[in-house]
Amino acid sequence: MERAAEILSQYYPYLLNGLKITVLVTLVSGALGTAIGLVLALMRLSRVTPFKFLVNTHLYKRNNKFIVGLAHFNPLSFIARIYIEVIRGTPTMVQLVIFAFIIFVNSDSRFMIASVAFGINSGAYVAELIRAGIQAVDKGQMEAGRSLGLSYGMTMRYVIIPQAVKNILPALANEFIVLLKETSIVGVIGLDDLVRAGNIIRSRTYDAYVPLLTVAAIYLCMTLTLSNLLARFERRLRKSD
Amino acid sequence: MIRVENLHKYFGELEVLRGINTNVKKGEVVCVIGPSGSGKSTFLRCLNLLEMPTKGEIYIEGLSITDPKNDVNKLRQRMGMVFQQFNLFPHMTAVENLTLAPIKLKGLSDREAREKAVGLLEKVGLSDKADVYPAQLSGGQKQRVAIARALAMDPDIMLFDEPTSALDPEMVGEVLEVMKQLAQEGMTMVVVTHEMGFAREVGDRILFMDEGIIAEEGTPDVIFNNAQNDRTKAFLSKVL
Ligand SMILES: Nc1ncnc2c1ncn2[C@@H]1O[C@H](COP(=O)(O)OP(=O)(O)OP(=O)(O)O)[C@@H](O)[C@H]1O
Ligand SMILES: [Mg+2]
Repeated sequence: MERAAEILSQYYPYLLNGLKITVLVTLVSGALGTAIGLVLALMRLSRVTPFKFLVNTHLYKRNNKFIVGLAHFNPLSFIARIYIEVIRGTPTMVQLVIFAFIIFVNSDSRFMIASVAFGINSGAYVAELIRAGIQAVDKGQMEAGRSLGLSYGMTMRYVIIPQAVKNILPALANEFIVLLKETSIVGVIGLDDLVRAGNIIRSRTYDAYVPLLTVAAIYLCMTLTLSNLLARFERRLRKSD
Repeated sequence: MIRVENLHKYFGELEVLRGINTNVKKGEVVCVIGPSGSGKSTFLRCLNLLEMPTKGEIYIEGLSITDPKNDVNKLRQRMGMVFQQFNLFPHMTAVENLTLAPIKLKGLSDREAREKAVGLLEKVGLSDKADVYPAQLSGGQKQRVAIARALAMDPDIMLFDEPTSALDPEMVGEVLEVMKQLAQEGMTMVVVTHEMGFAREVGDRILFMDEGIIAEEGTPDVIFNNAQNDRTKAFLSKVL
């Protein structure tokens, strides 16, 4: 116990600095991920069909598979889907090292690299969660809006989105909690986050228990606090409908 | 007012409507009856293009609704629709449900729209529920709000798809009463219903649909007392 107090009192600035970096990477990449996710979700839900004119061709009317597919082809949605599949289909760690050692190999801001890598990663998950939130709104809502004469866009804006937000916000907050934990691998590209701070202390003091358990405890405190806030927030959302 | 010519609708390979022909006159109340899966809802939903007809023509006051030149949204403003599942907007109060479309589409001010909405809620017997959210309303009350919401756009035609099928039996009456009043005021109505009493009493004409066609049509008296088609007779003997 005395030993623990001794180590912590001597090395706590490392932990504080690591905590700061962990929190900042989470916040920046979370914000970036939300923005990217929103754009991707809109792309997936968009109705851009540049080859729609093919509907009037003979091949379309004769049900030619290729022509029918092309007529309804939405390039924006397609690009978004590829993005999402690639990001979700490869390990975050691999993405991180690719960003650090291939794409941004000439940059020396590791903080920026980590934030961008996690932002891009999180964007794919956020996109799916926004899309799911919108699609979870009852189909009858769109029909009711359209039957009144409201356009697709207006119905989205005044009827669907306000309801979808209630589905999305809790999931988005949860994504932040996940991100907070996931960023614990940024040490591999040399960023001194909370985990790396713990490791540094371990190697300096030859004591693994104190620094690593402290790091775990700090993570646990943060996630418990956040999920508690989230639960309260969800309860309030539910009360309002 | 509504003219339907040779209307066909496919869902993939499945031909759900197989050539519907009919006319609805101004002020007429047409009730559509028939077994489950016969295409009643699909027919109704084609009338305001919630389903796109595969083939055939639908004219609303002479205007072809499938013609891409005609604005679908404008057309829909003239046709109110009431759904089995109400489909009220749960994040808005009753009055907000009624005012959304008139404010956005007709440029009414908030005050004008609200005044009108309160009047309509009064008409359906819910003046005390103006600022209540749908979750706090009973099924019958929800459906009456939904009818008022459709009326708020001053439609020329009202479409009803089994408006009482999702209701507890004790609430059916209050909704039918509102519909009956609407019919008496001269609203043009197309009503898909399993309420034979309502069809007989309020309907000017009954369409009996079976397997995607209108198998028989006529006045309530003819259909209910003197049906010619065996399928009509078989159906009625089951539901009456
Ligand atoms: N969106 C859809 N996609 C595929 N099939 C559909 C769709 N909507 C309806 N159908 C099918 O079309 C047929 C007719 O359906 P419809 O809902 O019009 O019948 P209905 O007469 O209204 O029946 P009910 O009395 O049960 O409401 C059914 O076989 C149904 O399964
Ligand atoms: Mg139906």
